[in-house]
Amino acid sequence: MVCQECQKRPATLHFTKIVNGEKTEFHICEHCAREKGELIPGTSGGFSIHNLLSGLMDFDSSNKGQVPGPAVQELQCPECGMTYTQFRKLGRFGCSSCYKTFDDKLDPLLKRVHGSTAHTGKLPGRAGVQIKIRQQMHELKQQLQKSIADEEFEQAAELRDQIRGLEKQISQES
Amino acid sequence: MPNLRFTEKPLSEWMKEGGDHSDVVISSRVRIARNLVQHPFPIVASAEQAEEVQGQLIGALSSEPVQSVGPFEPIILKELDDVDKEVLMEKHLISPSLINDSRAGAVLLAEDESVSIMLNEEDHLRIQCLYPGFQLQEAWERASAIDDAFEKAVNYAFDTHRGYMTSCPTNMGTGLRASVMLHLPALAIMNQVGRILSAVSQVGLAVRGLYGEGSEAIGNIFQISNQITLGLSEEEIIDNLRSVVLQIIEYEQHARNRLLTESRLRITDRIMRSYGILCYATMMDSKEAFQRISDVRLGVDLGLIDKTSVTQMNELMIMTQPGFLQKTFGVKMGSGERDMYRAQLIRDKLGNIHVED
Ligand SMILES: [Zn+2]
Ligand SMILES: [Zn+2]
Repeated sequence: MVCQECQKRPATLHFTKIVNGEKTEFHICEHCAREKGELIPGTSGGFSIHNLLSGLMDFDSSNKGQVPGPAVQELQCPECGMTYTQFRKLGRFGCSSCYKTFDDKLDPLLKRVHGSTAHTGKLPGRAGVQIKIRQQMHELKQQLQKSIADEEFEQAAELRDQIRGLEKQISQES
Repeated sequence: MPNLRFTEKPLSEWMKEGGDHSDVVISSRVRIARNLVQHPFPIVASAEQAEEVQGQLIGALSSEPVQSVGPFEPIILKELDDVDKEVLMEKHLISPSLINDSRAGAVLLAEDESVSIMLNEEDHLRIQCLYPGFQLQEAWERASAIDDAFEKAVNYAFDTHRGYMTSCPTNMGTGLRASVMLHLPALAIMNQVGRILSAVSQVGLAVRGLYGEGSEAIGNIFQISNQITLGLSEEEIIDNLRSVVLQIIEYEQHARNRLLTESRLRITDRIMRSYGILCYATMMDSKEAFQRISDVRLGVDLGLIDKTSVTQMNELMIMTQPGFLQKTFGVKMGSGERDMYRAQLIRDKLGNIHVED
């Protein structure tokens, strides 16, 4: 079997990826694997599933056949300058701001790769604290609305002070 | 001057026999990918930006939280020569991509090499814990504690909706890749390995093996890892992998029992032949070495050979690779010479059997 990357050397690494029940087989040589991939324990070369993404990244079929001309304003990350086209080609984000920039386009890709779109795992301690403060603030604001509606102004003033305190805490934490 | 002791000793902690199910599970690995906020990821970072990240992360080593989970020794890649880099790769402490593609690449190593933290690989930080045998939970807990320590010293790129921001979308969320390296010789001999592994790949896990010309995997070594990193908790990811691996271990043990009861003479003959060849051959290519080492390892596990050990077979697996051979003998070698040196090293290790020139 010939390597599907270079079409020259014999394929020595065989790799199956299943996404949403669709099975795709990959056969590549050690040279291409070594050039492209991360280390696979137990092999002298490596191969990373990241490189297989270029196929998966082709999720935005509405753009097919459309040649981006100079008039088309392309999405571009304001921080690192990565364009959406580059992101699709490389299969990598350039910085954390890319996440915001391309956010609207991510869901179909993430569904395909992970089967879901939102993180449910570990939270950083620091971010965890912030999240708790934000949730607390959200609740206090709802109470504030209610006490204003009920014309309980003394309580409202107290709640407003608490909210200001939390706001200060957030700006100090970050 | 980089510290060379890491490339001079062949045995990392993960290669020593130990951990649960060490007759089937060679090693367990957990890798966590993290990035710093307000720094471009390595793929777009300039040399100066990459140096700055490296400086910040090496600086974090002296912070109290990181010291309490360490110590780790920083090794700057560009200060190593090519052979030493290759040796670190063959020991699975760094990736080929850290050698070939990284700007300002570095690795932080624990003394026993059970922890290696790559800097400026695809992500700013890749915390890897590699343990012998089946110890996924232990590896995860250690990696997570190191992650907590670094988080106190630097600012991670994290989004409440998307999780930890990694350079590649296939890692985002938890940034967690857990994998187990399995030795499945009995399933391979009984031609069952393909069926079982293709079933595994249908439950969201990736299977990798090293194959030769035919359909039999070289050395009967397979790696199984999670593919999904987003939408599951770290514990769920580890549990999924663990339960699948436990089933495979059971299949392999069942197959080994069958080999012993139904074809004991034949399997003993195969193992002893391989042992004889390892002890006496004067030329050996890497494919044959992997296969013979696999046979002898099975022989040790089945109690058919007591002249060597699993640890020694793991050591041979690593030491017979090109970088290590060059390091051991101190000469540059072509592939023909390498086959000669490989055979010599194996003979030396197995019993000091010398062949007259
Ligand atoms: Zn190729
Ligand atoms: Zn960006």
